[in-house]
Amino acid sequence: MDAITRRRLLMLTPLAFAAAAGGGFWGLLMRMQEGSYDPHSLPSMLVGKPLPAFSLPGQPPSEGFSNLDVIAQGRPTLVNFFASWCIPCIEEAPTLMQLKDDGVAIWGIAYKDKADATAAFLQQHGNPYVRVARDEPGRVAIDFGLYGVPETYVVDRRGMVRLRWAGGVSDAVARGTIAPLLKSLAR
Amino acid sequence: MTPELGHFALALAVAIAAAQAVLPLMGAHNRDARMMAAAPALAVGHLIALATSFGCLVWSGVVDDFSVFNVAENSSSTEPLVYRITGTWGNHEGSILLWCLILACCGCAVAAFGRNLPSSLRARVIGVLGFTSAGFLLYALTVSNPFLRVWPPPMDGQNINPLLQDPGLAIHPPVLYAGYVGFAIPFAFAIAALLEGRVDAAWGRWVRPWALGAWCLLTGGIALGSWWAYYELGWGGFWFWDPVENASLLPWLAGTALLHSAIVVEKREALKTWTVLLAIGTFSLSLCGTFMVRSGILNSVHSFASAPTRGVFILVLLAIVIGGSLLLFAMRAPVLAASGIFAPVSREGALVLNNVLLCSICAVVLTGTTYPLIAALLFNAALSVGPPYFHLTVVPLLVPLFAAMSVGPTLPWKRADLLPALLRLWWAAALAALVGIAVEAGLGRAFAAGGFAAAAWLITGAFAELVERVRLFRVPLAVTRARAAAQPLSVWGAAVAHAGMGITVAGIAGMSLATSTIVSVAPGSTVRLGGYEWTLLGLHDAPGPDYTARVADLRVTRDGRQVAMFHPSRRAFTQQQQTVSDTAIETNLVRDLYAVMGDERNGQVVLRLHVNYLAPWIWLGALVMAAGGGLSLADRRLRVGAPARRSAATVPA
Repeated sequence: MDAITRRRLLMLTPLAFAAAAGGGFWGLLMRMQEGSYDPHSLPSMLVGKPLPAFSLPGQPPSEGFSNLDVIAQGRPTLVNFFASWCIPCIEEAPTLMQLKDDGVAIWGIAYKDKADATAAFLQQHGNPYVRVARDEPGRVAIDFGLYGVPETYVVDRRGMVRLRWAGGVSDAVARGTIAPLLKSLAR
Repeated sequence: MTPELGHFALALAVAIAAAQAVLPLMGAHNRDARMMAAAPALAVGHLIALATSFGCLVWSGVVDDFSVFNVAENSSSTEPLVYRITGTWGNHEGSILLWCLILACCGCAVAAFGRNLPSSLRARVIGVLGFTSAGFLLYALTVSNPFLRVWPPPMDGQNINPLLQDPGLAIHPPVLYAGYVGFAIPFAFAIAALLEGRVDAAWGRWVRPWALGAWCLLTGGIALGSWWAYYELGWGGFWFWDPVENASLLPWLAGTALLHSAIVVEKREALKTWTVLLAIGTFSLSLCGTFMVRSGILNSVHSFASAPTRGVFILVLLAIVIGGSLLLFAMRAPVLAASGIFAPVSREGALVLNNVLLCSICAVVLTGTTYPLIAALLFNAALSVGPPYFHLTVVPLLVPLFAAMSVGPTLPWKRADLLPALLRLWWAAALAALVGIAVEAGLGRAFAAGGFAAAAWLITGAFAELVERVRLFRVPLAVTRARAAAQPLSVWGAAVAHAGMGITVAGIAGMSLATSTIVSVAPGSTVRLGGYEWTLLGLHDAPGPDYTARVADLRVTRDGRQVAMFHPSRRAFTQQQQTVSDTAIETNLVRDLYAVMGDERNGQVVLRLHVNYLAPWIWLGALVMAAGGGLSLADRRLRVGAPARRSAATVPA
């Protein structure tokens, strides 16, 4: 290949790059219009699939737990990720306490939080959890595909994830979404 | 009547812009002097028509004409006048119109200040600007018409998004857009040069002031946006690597590279093809920044005006403008005369290093921003790329960039020796090391220590070249003063801009030391944070023009002495049923006390408290950078057509 051909090919690369990018955007736009792609949705890969395998240490005095411990109960359960440093977690705390009083089993995972901060959080805002495990490195959260805290998963009696709720659980969500789902799963 | 007048003026602007695209370009091609001479008049007419149109839209907002759909959606009669005006560009249709208006101003600026350009070059530049303008005006006229009427008109408007009811929003978009659009002029120069088939030192001299002006505005616009996010969103941070923020950072990085490579074209006639590509790339990134965000493809926390259905039109437009210019580049660039050669260690070499590093940063930020899209397209996976990626990839590239920023300007052109240049900087290096060690020893925070050391290196290094030139302390002070006054303004400008970067880096390093806490407290209780005692005295209601506020009275003391008394609040906007936190910030330029009020429950209120160090320095540094650019712009030699006053003087990086 002579120098000028090489130069010509080199000068074509920006166009090729832009064309590829344009084609990609076109593809996404088409998918957006037929509704198969929504940039604002937070779909969970987990819904309809079993809980990811994990085993986490406990937040004293609670023991730690694994995915098998959750399934071993044989009843619909909530798995809730929380942290002492997040405002919506403080805001959803009373709702979770109410759910606990209604007899719902909630298993808590403290996400990227120091043990004493978690303890203070549970002390101040109440402890609605059957057990509290610690995910300080946040590695299990990656397997869950966690978007942020708080996040709540509804797990059926066979250990299948049925719902992912990203964000704080308000009274309305607890009454309107989570409670009916739990009731149908209990049957 | 007024909206119809505006609509008509918009259609007229499309027609004039089309004429502005066709006549001068044809004239330049056929060497027809009369057709080329039509360019300035058409550019002026284009601006007048578009300004009338924009004025009509603003007027419709001011007089609360809710029969105009856009006004009904984004304004209301209870809003203060200033927000009825700024609401005009707080939405999709209005912001596009503002964008086009600024582009029209660019055409006029070239017509007004480009009298000394060769007539064919000027005609081509104005023609290319007209072509771009015509495309986007057509978009505004057909699918994004801001003058659409509704019948029957609603009694009152929907009101602007409360987050946007802020003085910061009044100035942020126009400045940012002016920066984005300003890069259309270097772009037009690049296309014109490709059409002419000639890039020379004179071309570099003409392009640079325009690139510099756009760069100053973009720097200011980004700083304003970051500042707005800091005090209005109330998240306690200043940069979130959000797609919208990245969209403004990308053209800034490319534009900074362009600014520096144009110097090499001007001084040494090297890097010509590369500079042309950078000019095209910078404007392409600006276009993508404005319109990809608007198309709603990128998921973002704060894009307020997105409309997916218009995406196709925008994509076709971008394909024509960007694809067309890159096609022209691929056809014409290979035959541009090969450039001069230079040694790797030289001023040119340092500027090439600057370009390589800036473009690498640009590439990693672009990759991170678009990766969620690539993943969705190729692997059908939904994911987001967060700050850890950007910190991990950008910081290692910043280290050599900052190191070179102080060394580069001290190197001479053509060939240099690195050792003497480094020896001249020994005091800057010593100071940087001292600062770094002191911070590390005092606080034990490696990132902050590195940041402060880099800041010291940049600020002192920025003035090293000047100190050398004025021979400070080596000749009597009067001689130094005379020498300082004799230095070209562009040398001062470069030093000030580089020092501004240092100030920003110091601010970011300071912010890494910030502490924060979230507490739920009852009135009367006290919280300790960052050596301060924060006491919640009480809560009360306060009415506003179109909202009611719940205000917390917070007293901050240190060792029993009152430091600040301030009032974070939550504003409930009745019409939009939306609640917005109004952040309270108390600053003394060294540390910010920052409080955000959350929900109230059972007599307790959630408060988020921050102690942020050196936060204002981040935006102050950006302001200093922009001022440095302005200083350089004021240099007579840079003005288009001005004869070289001192041909021997050099322009630093």
